[in-house]
Amino acid sequence: MESISTSNGRMINRSLEWVGDIGIFSWKVMASALSPPFEFREIFRQFDEIGSKSLPLVALAGAAIGTVFALETRSSLARFGAKSMLPAAIIYSIIHEMGPIVTGLVVSGRVGAGIGAELGSMKVTEQIDAIEASAVNPYKLLAFTRILACILVLPLLTLVTDFCGVVAGWIATTLADPISFQRFFYAGFSGVNFSDFLAPTFRTCVFGLIIGLVACFQGMHTKGGTEGVGRSATSSVVLSSLFVILADVILVKLILIFFP
Amino acid sequence: MKNSIADTGLSTPQETRNPDEPVLMVRDVHKSFGAQHVLDGVSLNLARGETLVMLGRSGTGKSVLLKLIIGLAIPDSGSICIQGKEIAGLGLSEMNQLRIKMGFLFQNAALYDSLTVEQNVAFPLERHTSMSAAERGDRVKELLRSVGMEGALKKLPSNISGGMQKRVGLARALALQPELLLLDEPTAGLDPITSAEIDDLVLKLQEENNLTSVVVTHDLQSAKVIADRVALLDKGKVVQEGSFEDLVESHNEFVREFFKRDS
Repeated sequence: MESISTSNGRMINRSLEWVGDIGIFSWKVMASALSPPFEFREIFRQFDEIGSKSLPLVALAGAAIGTVFALETRSSLARFGAKSMLPAAIIYSIIHEMGPIVTGLVVSGRVGAGIGAELGSMKVTEQIDAIEASAVNPYKLLAFTRILACILVLPLLTLVTDFCGVVAGWIATTLADPISFQRFFYAGFSGVNFSDFLAPTFRTCVFGLIIGLVACFQGMHTKGGTEGVGRSATSSVVLSSLFVILADVILVKLILIFFP
Repeated sequence: MKNSIADTGLSTPQETRNPDEPVLMVRDVHKSFGAQHVLDGVSLNLARGETLVMLGRSGTGKSVLLKLIIGLAIPDSGSICIQGKEIAGLGLSEMNQLRIKMGFLFQNAALYDSLTVEQNVAFPLERHTSMSAAERGDRVKELLRSVGMEGALKKLPSNISGGMQKRVGLARALALQPELLLLDEPTAGLDPITSAEIDDLVLKLQEENNLTSVVVTHDLQSAKVIADRVALLDKGKVVQEGSFEDLVESHNEFVREFFKRDS
């Protein structure tokens, strides 16, 4: 029993230490961002790395959820004689929940692993030390640029997921029961207002902050050679996905309170 | 050079300093990693234009001392002064002003693997000088020529050998015309001819630019050629300090044992 409580205590200690360390890391990143140079070139490079290169994956994920949702929901709604509600159900679900969370999870997988492995590899090969020795702040050059790119790019990628989901949902619907895209679109968006669209899309900025911050922290704190790089990549994905899901639950509740 | 570091306003003018003041003063420095005491009261002085070679067995804290000097790690106690400035109390921007005046060659070169050789050497120039792209290009070519790597401009570090990476790392360390050069095993893993070339380059820099250097090495031949003074470290302490010949003729048992293999 004692060994279990000891190991639990150690785990709690490690978790608290991690929270403290990521807090200090966040502070250093924020402090570094306030002074010039502002690393615009690196920020644009990261837009491309994180944004453009994630486009095919999020588009595919959006199309997949749109198709599956249309196929699954159609039979359920048909059972209750509410087939006409299908466009609204697809569009509302994708915009409100599935688009943002799927984008968050897909990006945390692709970008989280990428940042964790890249910065981890730079750490174990002393490249981060070399940046610091060159009198350049690595928190700004490596971490701030990536975190900012994640924050700004996530809502844009969410729009792509939403669009592909809606189009794929229409294709799946029209194959079973032909309907024009225009009719599908108007039927779907008739009950949706601007706040239904705005708050869920922009909550992905928080997902971007979580993904960027966790992946940069895990990468820049890599220890132990190539094995450590692997561990950083894995932990970046696991932790950022976990915190994205937790943040989603909290943000959905807050959105329901502030945008009823 | 029109836009070199000296006229960008980043370098403190030499004439404002006392020429007799040591460039580097290390006083009673201790450093531990967990239970492991790596440095246990190291003290060293380095005069302008002097080359100090630090010898010692692996794991005696030589590389750690270099990292403490450039501020990549913080000593547990003791003092490190560079050009009269105690680095312990410096803020990041002040520390960076000092780092600009130092060149650091890492043990494994630590080149940025996503950048080409040219971009690696240009990195500090882009950050800390107001050179135009053309001037920067000329300076990069000049630096790479001085280390015999002018043909590898567009290559990635992964496409050149370890020895070549070291030479590019040296070119990068020299980019801002440093006043203090810190070299961590510059000849480790290199063939004897390349090692001799690196030694010649360090000597040339010392003669032409009155460059002050701290060199960590296991290469006794290299130490013999480049050292004005040698410090032998063991168990985190300086066992003996003096000229290479002084150490060769030492009566200290550890020093004799260390030099026996080479003789």
